[in-house]
Order: sequence, then structure tokens, then C-alpha cells
Amino acid sequence: MTLDKNEKLNLEEILKDLDKYHPRRKGWTDRKPLPAGTKIGPFEYYQVSENLKNSIPLPSAHALQNIDPQPDAVITSEIASGRFEDDIRRMRMAAWHGADHMMVIRTTGQSHYDGLIEGTPEGVGGVPITRKQVRASRKALDLIEDEVGRPINFHSYVSGVAGPEIAVLFAEEGVNGAHQDPQYNVLYRNVNMLRSFVDAAVAKKLMAGAEMAQIDGAHNANATAREAWKVMPELLVQHALNSKYSEMVGISPDKIYLSTVPPTGTPGPVLRMDLPYAVALRELFRNYKMRAQMNTKYMESDTREATVTHVLNLLISRLTNAHIQSTITPDEGRNVPWHYNSVHAVNTAKQAMNGMDGLLEMVQLKEEGMLRDQAREIKERAVLFLEEIIETGGYFKAVEEGFFVDSGRYPERNSDGIARDSKGGVGANTIVERDRDYMAPVCDHFGYNNLPEGLEKACDPIDECTICNPEKIVYIDELDEEDNAHQRLGKMKEHRDKGLLRPEVEWYGDGWVNIHVFFPAEPKVAEAAAIEWAKKMGMENPEVIHKQTMHPAEGTFLELKGQVNIDIDPSQIEIPEEEELVPEEEILKEVKDRPMRVVAATVGEDEHSVGMREIIDIKHGGIEGFGIKATYLGTSVPLQKAVDAAEEVNADAILISTIITHGDVHRLNMKKLDDLCVERGIRDRITLIAGGTQVTNDIAKDCGMDAGFGRGTKGHHVASFLVKRRRELEG
Amino acid sequence: MERQDDFARRREHLKDLSEEELYQRFWELTEEIVSPLVDMAKTHTSPSIERSVLLRMGLDSLQAKELVKKIGDRELLGKGAGHVLLKVAQEKGIDVKEAAQGLIEDRYWEIVDAHWGGEK
Repeated sequence: MTLDKNEKLNLEEILKDLDKYHPRRKGWTDRKPLPAGTKIGPFEYYQVSENLKNSIPLPSAHALQNIDPQPDAVITSEIASGRFEDDIRRMRMAAWHGADHMMVIRTTGQSHYDGLIEGTPEGVGGVPITRKQVRASRKALDLIEDEVGRPINFHSYVSGVAGPEIAVLFAEEGVNGAHQDPQYNVLYRNVNMLRSFVDAAVAKKLMAGAEMAQIDGAHNANATAREAWKVMPELLVQHALNSKYSEMVGISPDKIYLSTVPPTGTPGPVLRMDLPYAVALRELFRNYKMRAQMNTKYMESDTREATVTHVLNLLISRLTNAHIQSTITPDEGRNVPWHYNSVHAVNTAKQAMNGMDGLLEMVQLKEEGMLRDQAREIKERAVLFLEEIIETGGYFKAVEEGFFVDSGRYPERNSDGIARDSKGGVGANTIVERDRDYMAPVCDHFGYNNLPEGLEKACDPIDECTICNPEKIVYIDELDEEDNAHQRLGKMKEHRDKGLLRPEVEWYGDGWVNIHVFFPAEPKVAEAAAIEWAKKMGMENPEVIHKQTMHPAEGTFLELKGQVNIDIDPSQIEIPEEEELVPEEEILKEVKDRPMRVVAATVGEDEHSVGMREIIDIKHGGIEGFGIKATYLGTSVPLQKAVDAAEEVNADAILISTIITHGDVHRLNMKKLDDLCVERGIRDRITLIAGGTQVTNDIAKDCGMDAGFGRGTKGHHVASFLVKRRRELEG
Repeated sequence: MERQDDFARRREHLKDLSEEELYQRFWELTEEIVSPLVDMAKTHTSPSIERSVLLRMGLDSLQAKELVKKIGDRELLGKGAGHVLLKVAQEKGIDVKEAAQGLIEDRYWEIVDAHWGGEK
């Protein structure tokens, strides 16, 4: 099965024969960097990786040969629709924009679920991670990675009270990366700390066996702390504990990624605080890798502000380093991320990293002064933190005494840390000491294991485990007859099959739209007015999702969301056909090889010259830019004169601009031009083009022209037409 | 605990360390904290760990859950759920999946009791 870029992902096809599917590879894949100075389009790059086979470049690439340079770091897209059938579509969109790390967010509550979930039930704020969900997603990603031409890493979470089982599932199903950090369970999910660490070791060992990338959970301290810039010493401690624990359990250091966030937010002087921290971190953790996350702590509902914060975070990545560059959707401060906002976030990373490519070839961080002093201080504070953990009696004791997520800047303490009881929490009193004859006849198992002597593999007594032989994996399809993907797809099947269109942001056809609106009133009044106005427009469930005062009395800018459940049937509407343009390079070459000449004029009693200038002038991207020689005769030119000039220079085409329309003078001008050329006997070898604000291609053709161009026309459109037309005339 | 920032006083013993010495100290302390945690993990198991073993032996998640519950009720998780299952399969001369189904249906436990009865 391969994907056709003009066809939607066939979800039924993905779900078919899943019981027989096995992943084509295991383990994490980094991007393949290209040598410094690699040329892409007109530029040289120092921090890029291989180009994609299929992708969507940044909007402005249009003027830069449509290049789409892929930065050296893996780029993450957070996928969180709550329905895996919608997640898959998001992944495809994100991949086309340059994401190769799909981080699927789990449903709320899964970390307290004691065991594996099966089937495809709907989730909240993420999907329930199940074998079917994982397998179908990986199968879809196999197709998507073939389509874009780059391996895509699939990622989710190995946490909660079922960590080891989820790790088995991920290892079996070819999941390429996962969050795993027992501290996260302890501090934020109140899972018993003994259970959490014992489970983590087995989970990590399984991840190591499958060569998965591990991302830690330290960034949560940043998001949870009251004043995030004060937790920097603790962040180093949390990173260290998980990294060292992982390494001692068997994960290779090059698969250990630190989840690091620049901790502070604007309007604070963020670079001056975040940069020393980033430097200290990378120096202390030089044996491990960096997963640079974007800040969520200081994020409100303003997507513009969030984007600027994230670009500043990206500057930190470029001034130091990042192996994985994660992204946060700019709307995370207002709702569950919408799919197009996830794509925006990927583009923010790609754009900023392209723009800052090779920055350190020119700029160097100072070896002395503020930066060094602060980096040193953060390190020393972290060392003091570690010393006090030992003095207190070890990690568990320190957690019981509320050492972590305290708002004080260590060694300052504010007595507001998260304290947990080592005998309490979810899964308390559930760990059991292994007896002398403890045995587990399976591979990638951590810890004491009294296996019979003389085995080659741990699973020899059972003649292969599922890690060694995927045929042994038992696939469960669905357990709930109602709550599953097939039922959900069935509900919208008719809609899909008919190709009906309804707006969406989260799920297929959910009807949600976003409207930007300004009311000249104070915020409270403006908000109430906006809701009322939205209702009158026929919007259901209208809600203000962003509000910003432009002036206390003069007015308020708002963004509204609401549902508009109107279906549009594309077969019932008129869709103008789009002319395919000859590529710019092709036109340039063709005109260079065989010159082309045109005569241009604003005709009749008409003094408008701007439109024609835009089409001709090289500086406006006009046809001169393609090497076409244009003789501009000026304004209010009699048609006769235009034809004379064309004959004189043996022009390929006459371009007339006709703006004034009183008494249909624009139509008359076009007809008259056609007649004149017929009379002179040149009509069969000359191309006639008319342009103007009221001209359309249909009107122009009706009036004897070969083509007409209206509003929004660019030189490229006209040049492309001229080249095509010449080819036609010459057979 | 509440405490003012006493960094200036506390750092006395660190301030003259070179960057490399500070690096070494950071990782030595980390290892000292983490080592007992690793040791605890080596010598302990949990229901989730044992379920992960049964999954790797080719059971489905529902079977793994039930069987670990039953083995846990008999306080035999310390033997390893996979070990218990393997023992039954070997003694009965059947494959582990069949043995698992039997144990879930409350058959074959006499084999388990004969082996580990009374022993904790």
C-alpha cells in the first residue's frame, strides 16, 4: 500500500488486517546531517539535513525557488486529538511540514490504569494508548514516511502504574521513543515512589533493548513551579537522577534525551536567564542528548505572544544545541491543540532554525562575565542540592520532606514543595522482594533472575519470547462494542463518502471555527456583544477564547470559537479551474534561448498605469524579470498606435490595460483590438492579452482576446501564459 | 522547611573547585543517590513487572492481568509469575498458553502448591 498525495488516508485500509501487521524497524532515527556549506537553492547551509521527497515549504519560499531546507534537529509535533483516527491525519499534515517525531499524548487518567487498555476507545486530551492504537498509528506512519521520504519516529509515554507492560507493548510494536521518568510518577501522578522506581528499571531495560529514545520528565517542574526561573538548580538534579538511573539500568547514553525547557518568560529578560542555564545544563550533561522543549508555563491565550516566546526558545537551541527540537502549539494556552496550530508550531521551529542556520559560525558565547558566572552558580546550587539529599538520607527521604518543586531558589526553601509518603500513593505496598529462585524466562528483563545455567537467551525455556518472535504477540482488536474507532467512523461514513465539507479543528467534521473580531467597547461589554453577535450569525456554543484590550475605552480585540454545522457539497458549487503555471526557471530558460517581445499600453482615455507597471516591471516581479522585452507606450494610448508599435518591433504579443468601464468601454477596446489585428493580417501570429480590475478571462475571451487577467495577477501568470501560447502557435 | 538563601556561605567548599572537579563531584553525588535505587529495583518486582513478563511469554493483556492477580493472592510473585507458569507448563507437558488458561480457570494449582506450598 502506498499513499497518493492527492488522496486522503484511507482509514479503513489502515485498520484492515492489523492482526498481521509487524513494524518494519525498531529504534530511534536521527536526521542525516548534510556537510557544512551545502547548497540548497540560492543559499549555503551549515545546519541542515537531507531534503524531503514531498513537503510543504514555508509560505515565503515562493519567492526563493520554493526551497524547504530541513534543519539538523529532529522536529516534534504533539498529537493530541483524543481520537486516533484523527491523530493519523494530523501526523500526515505535520510530516509534510517537516515533523519527524510524532508525540502522541495519552488520555487523562491512563497513568493510574493498572494494566493495558485494549481497542480504540475515545480519550480526553489525548488517546488511550493501546496495542491497536499503536499498531495502526505505526502502520500509517510507515506509509507517511515513504510519502515524505524520511523515517518518522513514533513516541508516547511509559509512565504510571503499568510502565513495564507499556514498555513491552512499545518494544513489540516498534514505537521509537518514549517519556520515562519515575520522578514524574512520584511528584505529579502520586504513584508510590518505591513502585515507581522498581517498575521504571524494567521499563527502561525494555526500552534499551528496542533502542528507543528516552525523554525524561524534568520539564514538568518548570511548568508546575510558582516562579519557574527559581527551579533551575532542581531541574539539573532531576535530570541527573533519571539520566544516571537509566544509564545504570542499561540505556545507552546516546539514547538518553533531557527534556529541557528555557524556564522563563517574557516580559522578563529571558535570554539573560535562560542562556546561562542552557549552558550549565549542556556542560554537565555532555554525555547525553538534548530534547529542547518550548515554554508552556508563561503562555496565555495570545497565539502571537506564544509564538514569539517559542522563537526566543529556539534562539537558545541555536546558541547551544538541540538534538530533538520539540514544539508547542501556539493555542495550547486556550484549548486542546487544533491540528492546523500543531502545523504552525512545526513551522515556527523550521522557520526559526532555518533563519538562524550557522549562527555560531559568526557568534561566540563569552568565556567570561555574566554568562559564565551564572552558569557556574547554577551548577554549584545543584551540587549543594545533591549534597543535602544525601545528608537527609537519600532520595525517598528527600521526597518525603518536600525537597522537590519548592518555589525557593535552592538552597532557599519556601516550604511549598510537593511532599509524598513512601508508604502512600497509588500502588503503595505492591512491590515484592524477589526470592532466591525468582525467575523470568524472557529477554530484556532487568534485575535478579535465577535462570537455568547454560542458556543462550533468557527465553530459551519457552522457545522464544515476543521480543524475539513477533508471531507470538497476541493481538486484541476491540473490547467495547460501542466506544471504538469503527463506530465513530461509521457515524460520519456517509459524510465522508459523499465528500461533504464541514469545518474542523480537532476531529473530522467537528464544525468548530475561529473568528477574529474587534468591538469598540471595553472588554466586558465587548465579550458579551461578541457572544450575542456570534449567536445571531448562527454559531452554536460560541465562546471567547482570547481577549485583548486595545484601549480601555476605544475597544477590544477578541477571538471566538463556535460550531457552525453547515455541510457544503463540493459537487454543487462552482470551483474555478486553476491554471497550472510554467515554472519560473523554465520560462527564464525558454525566453533566454528564444527572446520574446511584447508591446504594452493602457488604452482609451485612461490614465491608470499602476496595474500595467506591476505586470511589466522587474522590481514588481513582472514579465521583464523573466527576460521578456516589453515596450510600454504609456497611458491613454489609441489602439491603432499599439498595433503599429507591435508591427514595428515584430512583437509576440500586445498587452492592453483597460480600467475604465463606463459604457462597457473595456469590452469595446478589446473587440476593437482584435478587429484591428485581423484587418492587418497579423491576428494569427500575435497574442492579445487584456488586463484590468473588471476584466476576467471569460470576458476577455468573449471579446476576442486570447486571455484576460484581473485582480491579483502577477507577472508570473502572464509570462507563463505567453510561453504556453507561443508553444501552441508553433504547434 | 523554610530557609533563606544561604548560598554564599554553603558554597565555601565548592568555590575553588575547577569546572572539571565540579563536574566530577556532581556525578559522584548523583551516583551515590541513585545506586541504592538501582539495587532495590534489582531485588524487587511488582504486579506490572510480572504482567510484562507474561506478555513477553505470549499471553494477552487480559490473561496476564488475571493470572498475576491469582499468583499475587497466593503471595508467590517473589518466585516470578513466569516461573510459576513455566513450572506448570513443564510438569503438565503443555505449552504456556494452555497452562495459563488452565490456571485462570483454577486448574493445575495443585502443581504450584506442591512446589511452593507453605513457602513464602
